[in-house]
Amino acid sequence: MSVTTGIGELPADPILERRALIQSIARGSLARRAVVSRLMLGVCGLAFLAASTVLVWIVYLLVAKGFHWISINFFTQDPLTPTVFQQNLLGGIRNAIRGSIVIDGIALVIAIPVGIVAGHLLAVSENVFANAVRSTAEVMTGLPSILFGIFVYEFMIIRFHSHFSGFLGGLALTMIMVPVIMKASEISFRAVPASIREAGLSLGLSKGVVATRIVTPAAAPGLLTAVLLATSRAVGETAPLIWVIGNNYVATWSPYKQQTAIPIAIYNGILNGASPLQQAYAWGSALFLVAVVLCMNLGSRLLAAFLRRERH
Amino acid sequence: MDSAITVPTPSGAMTTGDVEDPRLGAIAMRLKDVSVSFHGRMAVRDVSFEVPDKRVTALIGPSGSGKTTLLRALNRLHDVTRGAKVEGEILLGNTNLYSREIHPTLTRMRVGMVFQRPNPFPTMSIFDNVVSGLRFNGVRKRAVLNEAAESALIAAALWDRVKDRLKMHASSLSGGEQQRLCIARALAVEPEVLLMDEPTSALDPVSTQRIEELLSELKARVSIVIVTHNMQQAARISDLCVFLLMGDDGAGEQIEVAPTQKLFTDPTDRRTLDYIQGRFG
Ligand SMILES: Nc1ncnc2c1ncn2[C@@H]1O[C@H](COP(=O)(O)OP(=O)(O)OP(=O)(O)O)[C@@H](O)[C@H]1O
Ligand SMILES: [Mg+2]
Repeated sequence: MSVTTGIGELPADPILERRALIQSIARGSLARRAVVSRLMLGVCGLAFLAASTVLVWIVYLLVAKGFHWISINFFTQDPLTPTVFQQNLLGGIRNAIRGSIVIDGIALVIAIPVGIVAGHLLAVSENVFANAVRSTAEVMTGLPSILFGIFVYEFMIIRFHSHFSGFLGGLALTMIMVPVIMKASEISFRAVPASIREAGLSLGLSKGVVATRIVTPAAAPGLLTAVLLATSRAVGETAPLIWVIGNNYVATWSPYKQQTAIPIAIYNGILNGASPLQQAYAWGSALFLVAVVLCMNLGSRLLAAFLRRERH
Repeated sequence: MDSAITVPTPSGAMTTGDVEDPRLGAIAMRLKDVSVSFHGRMAVRDVSFEVPDKRVTALIGPSGSGKTTLLRALNRLHDVTRGAKVEGEILLGNTNLYSREIHPTLTRMRVGMVFQRPNPFPTMSIFDNVVSGLRFNGVRKRAVLNEAAESALIAAALWDRVKDRLKMHASSLSGGEQQRLCIARALAVEPEVLLMDEPTSALDPVSTQRIEELLSELKARVSIVIVTHNMQQAARISDLCVFLLMGDDGAGEQIEVAPTQKLFTDPTDRRTLDYIQGRFG
């Protein structure tokens, strides 16, 4: 019995000729593709190496310089103004931690619902207004963050004679987070197939119910990533806060009083770091901040993986 | 083998007096003990048959019997499925598809696939869809692209409908037309074998009939392996029929392979008879 692939059977057949031509071109490009592929892999490897070297170096630096300052006191006491006679760091950054929780908490509470609802609206609407909002968000994510601080300062403090407070810091961070959440959640809402939305609508469910009970859960892992992205960015912001939160040395939960935050503790420690003890606040705070962001990342990864597994 | 007029042939295949066995002609593909498992769980076990050249081979069987799984093994699509493992031999011509001699991308060029739902590339025009397989594989010559597109669209019985609007988006076509566009796209790279997974199950009867008519013309050009749930369709369009059934452990097994006419009129296995008479599945 003859085994044929068709090639060479009927040389005049245009289909066979084209098949031979196409396959030879494809085969000819295999070597080039392999080279390009290997080259790209190499570039990726180098990029990874560069990025991870910097990261490892930063973490190493933080641990080396900051770790031995971290003790219970570091979290439970407010800072002392160190004198040249002190050998050990006595105070901590309780005020900054509490301030960060208050400020970031306010920002999250406002930015998550606003950002996700706006993202959903953008995902379902195609009109001039939606496009305008989309481009505005685009521009806002590109602005230097200090502008949001200046804006809140001009608007709330100069115009409306509001005073420095954690709440204003929260507002400034909200303005940074909303466009980020909006853009990223629009993408995850759009990734939910239209047929799923339509199946819900066809059960006689209202658009709102379809959005909250069917589409949002389907988009949840992506939304989580959106929120995390925005939070990681906001937690480390210093510039917008400097303008609007004032300063404090005694921890408080009040959003109406002047506040401080962990990145500001780093900033102050470096800025005023004439003595090693003042710099200690900065190194310890930086290490703590990086650890917090890292934990948030890991936690949300695990949560997202859990949400995905629930589906199967 | 209950028929008195069954005679053995050199290849071991059977032929009856009035039914011609398509496996006696040229062979496009041979499967030898092909098994597919997902994460260690067997989905298809020990399937062996020969795909006749320039004929239509139908894979039939109840839902979950592994038809799609087997089909995807034939152009190495399981390479991109996590946890999937293919064992056994699949010969295209004389080359084992899973050997190192042949690159997976070349395999997929030689063994094309048409899916259950029409899936034209959404951002491309009709023309760009049809020639995408050529263009992205390095074919640049305009004349070759034009000629291949026209030939594939004619073969897919779509040329007259679209020749004046090749620049339009593929989504402007109806579902049936989109599916024929996908057939044209698969044909444009001139595959030797075309795999089709329930290509008409998402289509209306008229579009279905068009595609069925198309298949009988396409087999002059390419060997076809088609999965179908529709017994009448299998009987109408195929030359050879492969019946799969889930075994006790849930893995699909090959129950019977026979020329279509024989399988539908005089099946050897009791279970085939039960299935084609609609007693289960
Ligand atoms: N990606 C996968 N991961 C794990 N199991 C899979 C995967 N794909 C298929 N299976 C399993 O393989 C078995 C066969 O599935 P397959 O889709 O091939 O059946 P089928 O015969 O095509 O059914 P249908 O007629 O409903 O399309 C099923 O038990 C299925 O659960
Ligand atoms: Mg299937």
